[in-house]
Amino acid sequence: MHEIIVELKSLSKVYDETVALDGIDLYIRKNEFLTLLGPSGCGKTTTLRLIGGFEQPSGGTILFEGRDVTGVPPYKRRVNTVFQRYALFSHLDVFENIAFGLRIKKFSEKVIKEKVGRMLEQVNLAGFESRDVNSLSGGQQQRVAIARALVNEPEVLLLDEPLAALDLKLRKEMQHELKSMQKQLGITFVFVTHDQEEALSMSDTVVVMKDGRIQQIGTPVDIYNEPKNAFVADFIGESNIVDGIMRQDYLVDFAGSSFDCVDFGFAKDEEVEVVIRPEDLVLIPADNARLSGVVSSVNFLGVHYEMIVDADDGTSWLVHSTLMEPVGTRVGLGLEPMDIHIMKKVRP
Amino acid sequence: MKRSTLFPYLIWMVLFIVVPMFLVLYYAFTVPTESGATWSLENFARFFEPIYLKVLWRSLRLALFSTVICLIIGYPAAMVMAGNAFERKSVVLLLFVVPMWMNFLLRTYAWLTILERNGVINVLLANLNLPSLNILYTEGAVVLGMVYNFLPFMVLPIYSVLSKIDRGVVEAAGDLGANSLQVFAKVIFPLSLPGVVSGVTMVFMPALTTFVISRLLGGGQFTLIGNLIEQQFLVVGDWGFGSSISVVMIVLILLSMAIMSFFEGEEKDVALW
Amino acid sequence: MVRFLKRSYIYLVFAFLYMPIAVLMVYSFNDSRSRGMWGGFTLRWYVELFQDRTIMSSLYSTLFIGVTSAVIATIIGTLAAIGIHNSRGIQKKLIMNVTYLPVLNPEIVTAISLMILFVFTKVRLGYLTLLLSHITFNIPYVILSVLPKLRQLNKHLYEAALDLGCTPAGALWKVIIPEIMPGIITGLLLAFTLSIDDFVISFFTTGSGVSTLSITIYSMARRGINPKINALSTIMFTFVLLLLIIVNIRQAREQRKGRNGKNGQKRQMDALRTGFGGV
Repeated sequence: MHEIIVELKSLSKVYDETVALDGIDLYIRKNEFLTLLGPSGCGKTTTLRLIGGFEQPSGGTILFEGRDVTGVPPYKRRVNTVFQRYALFSHLDVFENIAFGLRIKKFSEKVIKEKVGRMLEQVNLAGFESRDVNSLSGGQQQRVAIARALVNEPEVLLLDEPLAALDLKLRKEMQHELKSMQKQLGITFVFVTHDQEEALSMSDTVVVMKDGRIQQIGTPVDIYNEPKNAFVADFIGESNIVDGIMRQDYLVDFAGSSFDCVDFGFAKDEEVEVVIRPEDLVLIPADNARLSGVVSSVNFLGVHYEMIVDADDGTSWLVHSTLMEPVGTRVGLGLEPMDIHIMKKVRP
Repeated sequence: MKRSTLFPYLIWMVLFIVVPMFLVLYYAFTVPTESGATWSLENFARFFEPIYLKVLWRSLRLALFSTVICLIIGYPAAMVMAGNAFERKSVVLLLFVVPMWMNFLLRTYAWLTILERNGVINVLLANLNLPSLNILYTEGAVVLGMVYNFLPFMVLPIYSVLSKIDRGVVEAAGDLGANSLQVFAKVIFPLSLPGVVSGVTMVFMPALTTFVISRLLGGGQFTLIGNLIEQQFLVVGDWGFGSSISVVMIVLILLSMAIMSFFEGEEKDVALW
Repeated sequence: MVRFLKRSYIYLVFAFLYMPIAVLMVYSFNDSRSRGMWGGFTLRWYVELFQDRTIMSSLYSTLFIGVTSAVIATIIGTLAAIGIHNSRGIQKKLIMNVTYLPVLNPEIVTAISLMILFVFTKVRLGYLTLLLSHITFNIPYVILSVLPKLRQLNKHLYEAALDLGCTPAGALWKVIIPEIMPGIITGLLLAFTLSIDDFVISFFTTGSGVSTLSITIYSMARRGINPKINALSTIMFTFVLLLLIIVNIRQAREQRKGRNGKNGQKRQMDALRTGFGGV
């Protein structure tokens, strides 16, 4: 649908023996909002820094609109970056911070004034031109950092955990603003975060990473509903993960019973991991339920209750429900075949 | 960022810090012969001649004495300044430091005017019909000069450590039933030890190696290690002996640095003291 | 009551610290030959001071060496600090330890080591050796003033400049240097002050009749009291006081701008404590 703007080919990065990035392949389409998601040390920031040109890959290539830019220094790449904690120039005021890149490119004073002015409007900072950047709030500094990058009209904007330093409320607002800004400007955003909620709510494409490898690439809905492995399932939202045995296609054994499922293509009696989202478990009467146990803890979380049910076979289950059963009650847990996700065991 | 900006300094460092140090070592460990020089520990052996041991002993004694006095005067001063006896702490601190920005020689010279036979003190005593005192050109005058010049070296490190102590710790100790003397002995003083160690080193080392104070206020009768080194280089011309004394000084410094880093832990910004 | 006692103690210490200076200043206006006595107000020592050619020429040398060595040390030291900040591991440790040597070594040891170097390499002792020595002992203080500023910087600042189109040299010049400017200026002032205050190192590394103010004062003081020195002290103390006030106003203003906060305070302490060099 869209042409590819950035392409990473078996890109790897090794820092003194530690492998930060282990040969990843990834393409980024024009105008998409792509998020690199994963726990710290997964290689997401390294990937971003390689695209930005701040580090040189140990192996592999980076293509920009089909051209190899591996080895091209940052100041010759048509990408701009919003850094962690913003990295604003504290010796310059708001206007000069935003104008910085334009001045390097030797635009005329008139053009600079016009572009910076427009940018300030865009990020709701009109009137802040001569303010000292240190006197700004975290959210305002964030906007300056974004404006400073965007004013150069990059093809791709790289954002390295830009919202991590903001408080929850501000973070929600900025997520919204960033998303609408991206839509409006039609610039490709590559966004790095460890916050799965942030990733799901903002992105067109989510790339889940772990240990320098890509675990899954997909739309937020795909990633959430069809996690490719137990890691993704666990990392994206909360999950119950238990060991199971695939008896045959569409039939899996776990927690001491057999369940119908929608998965197939496994070897007979293959050991698998069974992933079930807490909100997919329904409280039912304990009699003749295939999965039953005793409620061992209850937590009220506002929208729903979070309960832990200790099943008879020793497994524990996290259940999200709007109904509540007190601790000690014997309950059954109902689930639909399509809510049972079967994953290959990553390693025995 | 590029590391190439280091190069001018690296060259400078090697030329003017490293090479001179090796030259000192070279002169300390060799004695001149007709055909050049040979390796020898003779220069160090000379250090043990009674006349030089006496100098060493006097230097150590006066330096130690000055250090103790500085600690006795300085610790309470640092404590008061770090506490809340004054509203504008930074001003008090500044006032404390200002005299130190005056030329060191002038500071020492000032005591000449005060201590000499017709000086301020004796004029005052004469006006009170009291017998005059001979203070100048005594060991006392030398110690006074050391204390005067080095007191801030003691106070500032202790002050900086004390002012960083979390008030909560002190309050917690009180809360746990310690009286103020116990709080001091069991909490504040142990916590301030790194500052005390720095302060002691910062006073002791310059006191040990000064040659100006002893020359001006001691009138040249009290040869200290510093004077000895100066004489070897500027009067006697015995570089070997002078260098060997310097090497001993460097070893002392390295030892005290090791002790300090033991107390302060590594990777601190404040390696200066 | 306790508070009163505490304050009195500090005032007593202040009296001890300021009394000698006050005595010098008062006596610089004393017309009496006998130093203990007050013989009326006079400015004649000041007049004689300015007519004394030895003192005036050593004042000139002091200022010349002070300014030149401070500027050169600041340039080399700032570049060095940037380089050190970006090096790692053993290399960094080694450089830092050697840098601390002149700071931690007794001055007399630094002094004789430089003297040996110059005599050994047959460089004539005089202006040049004095200048080289002053630059040498000033550089570490510049490095130690600039390094904390570099550590405070956001580590992505340099990359941000590259990202916006600066070449590496441009990023250094347009972003890093302006950002650490307060540290550079502190280092420059510190180097200048240390240079004019220095006696020991100058004493050993000068020659050919080149004399700094400190050396002149020393040789005069060795011969006893001289009222001209009192006049000189008064002028120098007033000058240093003015300089300190300016520096402090500058820093206070900067702190109000919120640039440094606690670090500003710390840096001021750093500057002060490294300040009393001349022993």
